[in-house]
Amino acid sequence: MKIGILAVQGDFEAHAAMLERLGAETAEVRTPAQLEGCDGLILPGGESTTQLQFLREEGLADAIEKFAKQGGAIFGTCAGAILLATEVQNPKQDSLKLLDMTVLRNAYGRQIASDVVSGPTKLKSEPLEMVFIRGPIIERAGPGVRVLAEYAGKPALVQRDQIMAATFHPELTDDTTVHEHFLSLVAAGASQAAGSAKS
Amino acid sequence: MDAKKPNGSGNGTKGSNEWRVKVGLAEMLKGGVIMDVTNAEQAKIAEKAGACAVMALERVPSDIRKEGGVARMASIKVIREIMATVTIPVMAKVRIGHFAEAEVLQALEVDFIDESEVLTPADEENHIWKHDYRVPFVCGARNLGEALRRIAEGAAMIRTKGEAGSGNVVEAVRHMRAIVSQMKKLTTMRDDELMHQAKELGAPLELICQIAKTGKLPVPNFSAGGIATPADAVLVRRLGAEAVFVGSGIFKSSDPETRAKAVVKAATHFEDAKAVLEAHEELGEAMRGLDVRQMEEKDMLSTRGW
Repeated sequence: MKIGILAVQGDFEAHAAMLERLGAETAEVRTPAQLEGCDGLILPGGESTTQLQFLREEGLADAIEKFAKQGGAIFGTCAGAILLATEVQNPKQDSLKLLDMTVLRNAYGRQIASDVVSGPTKLKSEPLEMVFIRGPIIERAGPGVRVLAEYAGKPALVQRDQIMAATFHPELTDDTTVHEHFLSLVAAGASQAAGSAKS
Repeated sequence: MDAKKPNGSGNGTKGSNEWRVKVGLAEMLKGGVIMDVTNAEQAKIAEKAGACAVMALERVPSDIRKEGGVARMASIKVIREIMATVTIPVMAKVRIGHFAEAEVLQALEVDFIDESEVLTPADEENHIWKHDYRVPFVCGARNLGEALRRIAEGAAMIRTKGEAGSGNVVEAVRHMRAIVSQMKKLTTMRDDELMHQAKELGAPLELICQIAKTGKLPVPNFSAGGIATPADAVLVRRLGAEAVFVGSGIFKSSDPETRAKAVVKAATHFEDAKAVLEAHEELGEAMRGLDVRQMEEKDMLSTRGW
């Protein structure tokens, strides 16, 4: 199983370290060609304005949309979640629109408001540690979007089919729960694709 | 021995949540370009060009050099305007050792503070005790010992000093090579040699031992000082810089918008010469620059701080 990690700008190395710990193969993605052959894709934290601009210019935005349409699993953290949202506010910003939700950027305030907290999750019985860094808030999760973890009454980890988004940074913790869940989505997608290829 | 292990994910004495979010923001800036700006209009241009953060200051280093006088923290009005204009993180500089300027910038809620040799030092012996702040700090370094002293004081990001405002990358190269080769050397040493290294480098033993194991700084390692072209950005990235600061190089060139974009493109595709060629295609004249070998010691900004 090969997981591509968008390596335009941001904490892509932290995701790579986490995935390698879980035994997954990783590849840095900066061009559409590098996305080919990947079973899953991670959109890391960073600056969504910087990343989005780059995706458009390099033709990667189209490649990622195609990847999603073909059932490829995608996980966005923080800036990555902003890129996945259908609607971005504070201020309004364009996005890839792959997950039906409304996201407010920098919703907790500036860096001084960044913090490590914990909140309830459906992925395990103990609370999940969440590192928020200039994080966004998911103001609205659309129909069919499952909320897998919450913080302060707002969805912090959401999923619909093979697309998942977190407003925090599981890659900056020692807890592998969230990435393990993502790898299970990738594996499910891969076996489905293999199944349909056979039939 | 995992060279790819991200900074800040380790525990140790600095494993506090506050420390983790400080280093965390530095992690988010990796692979990007941080640009010096002196007003809201330039900040907008930088953001549009793909800068991952801006550094708000009153005068770019090349003007500080030309005009002389005491260079201080930028005017609050200018920093506020810049903060109101862009959504990317806003950094601002304080004089070395000037903790009162740092307290003001923290109260203003800038996202990162640069305790910078580009401004006139306020204290020739002591740097700021940066652990006392919630806002993360970046500091310049010429070598590994200096980098580790700053980290021990609480810097969440290190950048090479280079020679700011010179448009000449030679000092940034010297500093990055020094830091990287000194780290590599530590990884080859026996445990019983490390105390001597701590003494030689003037750095805490704890950090020396950590680097002997990991081969990299416990915080992100960026480059600054004299970067003026896309190829300059590529050069320092390939030598080990995880992101770059561009100061006078953008807004002192003949074509700030194109150049800003080109440097961002090159910094991301730093391993793809064809993409760097494309970044260079449209460029006009870079800033003129200075030969640092013709400069006198007293005119060098990089010798400020220790």
